[in-house]
Amino acid sequence: MGENGTLWLPEAASTIAPEVDALFYFVYWISVAFFIGVVGFLIYFAVKYRRKDHSYVPPEHHPSPLIETASIVIPTILVLIVFTWGFKVFVKMYAAPPDSYEITVRAKQWYWEYEYDNGVVVPNEIHVPIGRPIKLNMSSEDVIHSYFLPDFRVKHDVLPNRYTSIWFQVDESGEYQVYCTEYCGTSHSAMLGTLIAQPEAEFQRWLGDQNADRPPEELGAVLYTQYNCSACHSVDGSRGVGPTFQGLFGAERPFEDGTSAVADENYLREAILNPAAEIVESYPPAMPPSYSSLSARELDGLIAYIKTLQ
Amino acid sequence: MHASSAAAPAVHYLNNEKTIRSWLTTVDHKRIGMMYLVAVSLAFLAGGILALLVRTELAAPGETIMGPDAYNQTFTLHAVLMVFAFIIPAIPAVMGNFVLPIQLGAKDVAFPRLNLASFYIYLIGAVIALTAVVVGRVDGGWTFYAPYSTSVGNGILFITMGVFVMGFSSILTGLNFIVTVHKMRAPGLTWTRLPLFVWSIYATSIVQVLATPVIGITMLLLFLEKLLGIGIFDPALGGDPVLFQHFFWFYSHPAVYIMILPAFGVISDLMGTFSRNRVQGYKFVALSSVAIAFLGFLVWGHHMFVSGQSAVSSIVFSLITYLIGIPTGVKVINWVLTMYRGSVWLQTPMLYALMFLITFSIGGFTGIMLGVLAIDVHLHDTYFVVAHFHYVMMGGNVIAALGGLHYWWPKMTGKMYNETAGRIAAALVFIGFNLTFFPQFIMGSRGMPRRYYDYLPEFEIYHQLSTMGSYILGIGLFMILGYLLVSLFKGRVAPANPWGALTLEWTHTTTPPDPHNFHHTPVVTRGPYDYHLAPELFADGHSGDGANVSPESVHRSPSEA
Repeated sequence: MGENGTLWLPEAASTIAPEVDALFYFVYWISVAFFIGVVGFLIYFAVKYRRKDHSYVPPEHHPSPLIETASIVIPTILVLIVFTWGFKVFVKMYAAPPDSYEITVRAKQWYWEYEYDNGVVVPNEIHVPIGRPIKLNMSSEDVIHSYFLPDFRVKHDVLPNRYTSIWFQVDESGEYQVYCTEYCGTSHSAMLGTLIAQPEAEFQRWLGDQNADRPPEELGAVLYTQYNCSACHSVDGSRGVGPTFQGLFGAERPFEDGTSAVADENYLREAILNPAAEIVESYPPAMPPSYSSLSARELDGLIAYIKTLQ
Repeated sequence: MHASSAAAPAVHYLNNEKTIRSWLTTVDHKRIGMMYLVAVSLAFLAGGILALLVRTELAAPGETIMGPDAYNQTFTLHAVLMVFAFIIPAIPAVMGNFVLPIQLGAKDVAFPRLNLASFYIYLIGAVIALTAVVVGRVDGGWTFYAPYSTSVGNGILFITMGVFVMGFSSILTGLNFIVTVHKMRAPGLTWTRLPLFVWSIYATSIVQVLATPVIGITMLLLFLEKLLGIGIFDPALGGDPVLFQHFFWFYSHPAVYIMILPAFGVISDLMGTFSRNRVQGYKFVALSSVAIAFLGFLVWGHHMFVSGQSAVSSIVFSLITYLIGIPTGVKVINWVLTMYRGSVWLQTPMLYALMFLITFSIGGFTGIMLGVLAIDVHLHDTYFVVAHFHYVMMGGNVIAALGGLHYWWPKMTGKMYNETAGRIAAALVFIGFNLTFFPQFIMGSRGMPRRYYDYLPEFEIYHQLSTMGSYILGIGLFMILGYLLVSLFKGRVAPANPWGALTLEWTHTTTPPDPHNFHHTPVVTRGPYDYHLAPELFADGHSGDGANVSPESVHRSPSEA
């Protein structure tokens, strides 16, 4: 395979692509074999039985029933194999794994718009994490478009009146071409996009950086949901697994080791990035260290959001 | 036309009346066939020039000779003209009209006046469709998917109207042929003695009569939506654009068989005649055409695997598609086997028949590829599809039509074309065609989408090869036009039966045919391809030149005895 794929197919970048390619080349080589057979006999007959004598009359002959039967039975068996195989791969392409990372895609004349679950909206350049299934939930705001990723062997029409979806998983970082393949007007051929597959951490960093134009407290509100902070920390004063965020900023925090501190920006930053450093009295040390990868902007946003919860 | 040779009769259908009026008001199926020939040739010429413009624009990335809107309308007009004004009527309306009644031993079709009406309806439809594209902004190819097509203006109403009117012409022609085949066969011309050309036109006629009303219903629904605001296809009104695709393909997929079945008939006749053999698997070839005519109504959804129809529908449509694929493949094997132990005469019409077997096979194999669900997801709406249907439509229908035209040209005009020129042009067409469309398979499966005005640099080499091929193809086709026109004035007078064929249009009437085809109704006593009887039927044995053109053979073929 390699970077440029084979003669017939581009690079096989998604997990489904090698399966499609195997089927493609199975059909391809059977077709080539039959085609060589047809053309071979055609040339052989045309040369061997070429008219040499003007008055020669070929005798009447009756074809062998064996050949007639074989010419029906063998292709039938082969196409049934191909159909079944194609059906199996199709079902796999069709059913997205339930744990897929979902991204909303909106098609417009003539660009793609992506919305991530943290509210980030970006045009035309989609970033996805590698190593996990990605599901694109697609709809159109005007006419029919079609989302095509040739390197991933997936495609689906994008409709104005309903949602359609595709899913794929890509295991290697890279940049891939996105096309619109349903005619949509003047700039149909310019409705191109890029898909950038990158490692999870890099992807999360990118995603965090995308809210540059969003006020920090709004960003924080989105992240509060996206990062599932809400599972442990309430914003209405009620007690959860962890302390509530309401009234947190500026309050005196008593710790398990008997010390205490005022919850200012630096305290919150430390508490998010290194939650095990200081445990608030009467709470379990339940917070995982997985938030240490948050970008500076995301941290700012979350802190700004917590500040608003007085 | 002069009766300068012993072979040419003094009075024939071309010279019995000479005024323009006698042509425009004729009810002679042969003259109507010739008028269709002129009309569809003009459509082919116009569509072909547009194709060359499309290929020229794509010779290099970016703007080459026109802007994107002009390009989009050019490829749309190319497609509409080629599909609806050329391919659909080409073989049935031209060769069906000219040859079918004579092959049946009939003096004309069952309803000669209706036949003339069909011709004028076709002209009106073609004019409506052309006007719609030129005046009313229709772009996006011949499929007119809503809501894009309905959002850019009312052109869509007129184009469906034009297609429907042209379709009405098909319905009437189809009806006429069905009745003619059932009721006007000569004595002794049993169903198993029908030439396969008749069988294929018969099967085509069934599809024409049954499928075309659907385009009328679609048009009616579009009018209701546009004029009364009832939401049918437009999502803004609560309609469903996928429904439009179902309607469109419910007509247009059977229309694909309207395009290809007649080609099967021409190829069968050519393979039998130029191999001096019975067509292998006659009954299979005949009956599978009729079976395909019906099954063709059940596979429209294979155009919609990625459109949003349910996965279950897609699976069923894929399976039925294979049911059609197999008999088609078996036919190709039968045609090849027809040459076995024959005496293969490689004249120009036979070269086209052999060319058909090669190009149509490629079209067929790639059709199997596209029918595989998982692969179609990747290939759908790419140049792979463009290449596939050009291999089927052009490599199938047009190549067969060219073969048929060369085969019946002496019968139609009484003149022989230059055989050497014919072979050179056939080679140019073959090379040009493959060079144009084969690279499109590769760029398509590598991801190049169809209907693109511009493309990424990685596809440039394929586009350039394709454009070069289209010029060679164009030269070949213009060459054919040239030597056929020359033959009208300077061609050798055609012998009565230059190919030594055994179907009634060659054995029982003059060349060109008598205005009434036959002085006496022929009595048929043998099969259409019983070439082993040639010594008894033709005074000079094999070739048929100067064959006895009036009396019937009294010999029965062994298989009929």
